Amino acid sequence: MRAVDAIIECLKAEGVEHVFGIPGGANLPTYDALYDGGVRHIQCRHEQGAGHAAEGYAKASGRVGVALATSGPGATNLVTPIADAMMDSVPTVFITGQVRTDLIGTDGFQEADVSGITLPIVKHSMMIQDPREIPEAIHTAFHIASTGRPGPVLVDVPQDLSRADIDYEPVDRVNLPGYQPTTEGNAKQIRLAAKALANARRPVIYAGGGVISAEAAKELTELGESDRFPVTCTVMGLGAFPAPHDHWLGMLGMHGTRAANYAMDEADLICCIGARFDDRITGKLSEFAPRAKFIHIDVDPAEISKNVPAHIPIVGDAKKILPKLTREYRALESDSARLDGWWERIRNWRDKHPLRYEDSVDSEIKPQWMIQALYQATGGDAIVTSDVGQHQMWTAQHYDFAKPRRWINSGGLGTMGFGLPSAMGAKVAMPDEQVVCVAGDGSLIMNVQELATCVTEEIPVKVMIMNNGYLGMVRQWQELFWDRRYSSVDMGSSPDWVKLAEAFGAKGVQLTQKESLVDDMKEALAEDGPVVVDVRVTPEENCYPMIPAGQAARDMVG
Amino acid sequence: MGEPATKEVLNLEDLQVAGGVSTGRKHVLSILSENKPGVLARIAGLFARRGFNIESLAVGPTDDPSISRFTLTVDGAAHPIDQVTKQLHKLINVIKIRDLEPEATVARELALFKISADDNARAQIMQFTDIFRGKVVDVSKRSVTVEVTGSDDKIEAFEQMVRPFGLIEMVRTGEIAVSRGRGTT
Ligand SMILES: Cc1ncc(C[n+]2csc(CCOP(=O)(O)OP(=O)(O)O)c2C)c(N)n1
Ligand SMILES: [Mg+2]
Repeated sequence: MRAVDAIIECLKAEGVEHVFGIPGGANLPTYDALYDGGVRHIQCRHEQGAGHAAEGYAKASGRVGVALATSGPGATNLVTPIADAMMDSVPTVFITGQVRTDLIGTDGFQEADVSGITLPIVKHSMMIQDPREIPEAIHTAFHIASTGRPGPVLVDVPQDLSRADIDYEPVDRVNLPGYQPTTEGNAKQIRLAAKALANARRPVIYAGGGVISAEAAKELTELGESDRFPVTCTVMGLGAFPAPHDHWLGMLGMHGTRAANYAMDEADLICCIGARFDDRITGKLSEFAPRAKFIHIDVDPAEISKNVPAHIPIVGDAKKILPKLTREYRALESDSARLDGWWERIRNWRDKHPLRYEDSVDSEIKPQWMIQALYQATGGDAIVTSDVGQHQMWTAQHYDFAKPRRWINSGGLGTMGFGLPSAMGAKVAMPDEQVVCVAGDGSLIMNVQELATCVTEEIPVKVMIMNNGYLGMVRQWQELFWDRRYSSVDMGSSPDWVKLAEAFGAKGVQLTQKESLVDDMKEALAEDGPVVVDVRVTPEENCYPMIPAGQAARDMVG
Repeated sequence: MGEPATKEVLNLEDLQVAGGVSTGRKHVLSILSENKPGVLARIAGLFARRGFNIESLAVGPTDDPSISRFTLTVDGAAHPIDQVTKQLHKLINVIKIRDLEPEATVARELALFKISADDNARAQIMQFTDIFRGKVVDVSKRSVTVEVTGSDDKIEAFEQMVRPFGLIEMVRTGEIAVSRGRGTT
């Protein structure tokens, strides 16, 4: 059969039901195979949209997301989603067309060295050199993308090779002598960690997106509840531990709660699980958690002692390690009373510094209220995606995620324009779930073309624009740290979102009244098709609390 | 998990940092990789991206044509060497990495020195070449070219000796190394 037909067979063998992409010259053969190949292709309007849709699909479902693009500009349009998937460890496979082998290296029409361009931002990539390699390459890509620390894998297929005739035989194993992720976790280290926890007087569990990738939310909760352990999550980890909960400190980091950041600051033992001590968490590294010893559990050994030296490293899969750690800890029967003083201190922070904001005196919608209203309107149980900016942080703060894979955002790369396409992908993966994108007015316009995809492919996502008329997060920094010199952050009055939505064939609504907001949102959510809701919020509200960049937890403002 | 957990007290103060420490010396890493296109670019790119400095790098085939060997030297004072090796291990094509212990390793490098030499300098240079067990591989009216093999210390010492004559060019291969004894590197 043609190599491209083999690609489709391999996709099906991997359980792929949906792929996202755009055709072009170099991947025409692939699209011919897709025509009646039995995998649903979602025809996106921009390859970046296709790439983020594949990410949203993967983050919502845990299955590998797939995006396709042609050579040259198609492939380069995938660069941002690939980088995004790398930073947030999203299991994704990107299949690009490449120019014919006789044109490679000649600056042929639509030639771009996409493997070279993406070398630093992929978990792995393969450039096909012989059509007979294709089936194994596809399976290898899926294997690498979805195991160990997940990430993006690129397969670049020259056009002539994709048309070649090959003897296709199903591939049942891949040969990767240099790739064997550690999963079990060292038993001695786990025991030592349990002991350290039993002897800690001011412990904190700090969990990240790795817990969600590992499907270990339940196991994390069990560890947290094996004693009165306070738990905080990164922006990527929200939902790994159910909020609200007695042990829940809220999110930590730059826009985290004071309770979470102060607890990290005073902790004597921090148990980090599937997180990576990003600078948005640590702030000033030299003043980060100065009294703490660190247990670090991660499937990627290179994360251990990368930014913060670990005292008890445990390499492996959180889903396997956490139950063992909980069991070991319980066996120690340590006296929970040792944590009384710690909890008193935490409660004090919680009571003194809850997340708060000043309500408007008129009917103006405060952005924080917008998120709380959305929580009410969705029953707190929607899959929520976001773009990047203030609205993202407010959603993270005010939408209490109780389950994993409900909160989908671009944490590591901070990609504006991520929200709509990722919501689209999430909805395709989870058609029975309510999927809402909390969009920034600045961000949405960056990938707004995907509204056309939502309409024509009948993907009924609901977009709630937090419309503050600004590139709000940048404006906030200019206000706070650059003497209020607002430089290129005003979005003006364009576009008219209701008309834009209608032009795409979606429904558009504008909301301005805080009193009826929950009901108005419910009404929009009840619509059958895609809806764009332009929620007008206070233009110059700042997102607090905040650790100014490069400062320490103690320096939180607001 | 074997024996039951003990309840004895563990003083958190006693816990030591694991890894992430600078060793302060030069490390010779011997890396086996699949012989696939782009592996060199991946390794070089990784070093550039993470800000690790490669002091020298030698690449070549092994006895198994599907496997290549990279020998590279890194300054362990500038970077925690375990971070370097862990990052290298993340490259899918990298099969095995050995951080060669200096005492248990035979390391060699080959260098070619083109030195300007009139008649009486030539005699002196040839004398040094003898002492360093080098070889004169080319002579012209106004130059000699000498081949020296050895550890990088030896090559640097030779360089010191001949520099005053006027060093026209020097080319070094970068170190290659194998472990001492019967075991494979
Ligand atoms: C692609 C991209 N370009 C620029 C930035 C820098 N940036 C971070 S937040 C932000 C403002 C986002 O504005 P908006 O989407 O309206 O969100 P808001 O902060 O107003 O809620 C910008 C420009 C970015 N993160 N991503
Ligand atoms: Mg805005």
